Amino acid sequence: MVKSEALYVVVVGCGRIGSRVANRLSGNGHSVVVIDRREQAFDGLTAEFGGFRIEGNATELSVLKQAKLHQADVCIATTQEDNVNLMVAQVAERVFSVPLVLAQVYDPKRKEVYERLGIRVICPNSIAVESFLDAVERPAMTAEAEPCTP
Amino acid sequence: MKVIVIGQGKPAYFLSKEYLAKGYSVTIINPILEECVRFSKRMNAAVVHGDGSDPRLLKEAGATGADILISALPNDQDNLVACQLASILFEVPRAVALVNDPENEQIFKKLGVTCFSTTQIISRLIAQRASLEEVTNLIPASEGKVNITELVLRSTSPVVGKHLYEIVLPENALVGVIVRDGEPIVPRGPSRLLAGDRLVLITLPENHGPVLSIFTGK
Repeated sequence: MVKSEALYVVVVGCGRIGSRVANRLSGNGHSVVVIDRREQAFDGLTAEFGGFRIEGNATELSVLKQAKLHQADVCIATTQEDNVNLMVAQVAERVFSVPLVLAQVYDPKRKEVYERLGIRVICPNSIAVESFLDAVERPAMTAEAEPCTP
Repeated sequence: MKVIVIGQGKPAYFLSKEYLAKGYSVTIINPILEECVRFSKRMNAAVVHGDGSDPRLLKEAGATGADILISALPNDQDNLVACQLASILFEVPRAVALVNDPENEQIFKKLGVTCFSTTQIISRLIAQRASLEEVTNLIPASEGKVNITELVLRSTSPVVGKHLYEIVLPENALVGVIVRDGEPIVPRGPSRLLAGDRLVLITLPENHGPVLSIFTGK
């Protein structure tokens, strides 16, 4: 990754994806705050992570305020629940005016609707499908383009 | 009229019953299977089991062509998404969300979703009515522009023993009638107020609180 200026990133949801995103961003020198309702979720954070953790429900305004979302450059909503991510993303964008907001959404139909509303949605399922197809149809290219270890 | 109610437990049950009583056609989407079985036995409503914020299920419940959708689930994010999907994807003319966390009322409005907060409504009612035990009746009249309040004067009330002309009320407030020992008295300036009197007050929402505190001392 190209080192740019440090960003203030709020990651909502510290699951398999959220914790990895938080670890990497923090390791790359960005200020990261992670929110999760379960304290055990923070076990996924490694020594690489030097940011803050907030235990709380991100659909509560006070929790987002505590994370200083209004100062954030980026908000990533990546909990297990599509609806939580969609709500948090909309609140981040429309209430806290966060410049870059990304929501993880599993349901392709919901993805389609909210993209129409201008929310930037990342669908892990679609990405997996593309990767599988690429691996099957263009095995040589995939191997070069996406090495497994960073 | 076709109504879709998304919810579980008593809110969903009684909301649906209300609409059925009005003669509407009601479809309930409930995430709890046992409740679905019970609801369909007890009510003449179509019951769909599952997640009401799932577009496929909304379609199955006949969201296209529904006049009203009410989402009253215990999690605000589910109500938000269900209502947004209903209006965007299925063009339901009236999609209303229940807000559990009162702070989300403003947020939902900002995101363009009509909502009501039961917590807010109840706390406002309590503040107006039940917090003052003297108040025995409160009737909003003329679509809530006027309040008619009945209260009992306690012996501790600051107006006990006073003549009406001594009591300075805000503009647009009135003592409509005094009921003493079961007998109504049309109040005049020289009428004296006694402990145990029942007063019928006519107020506006904006002077309701101040008027009540004049008579109760609270």
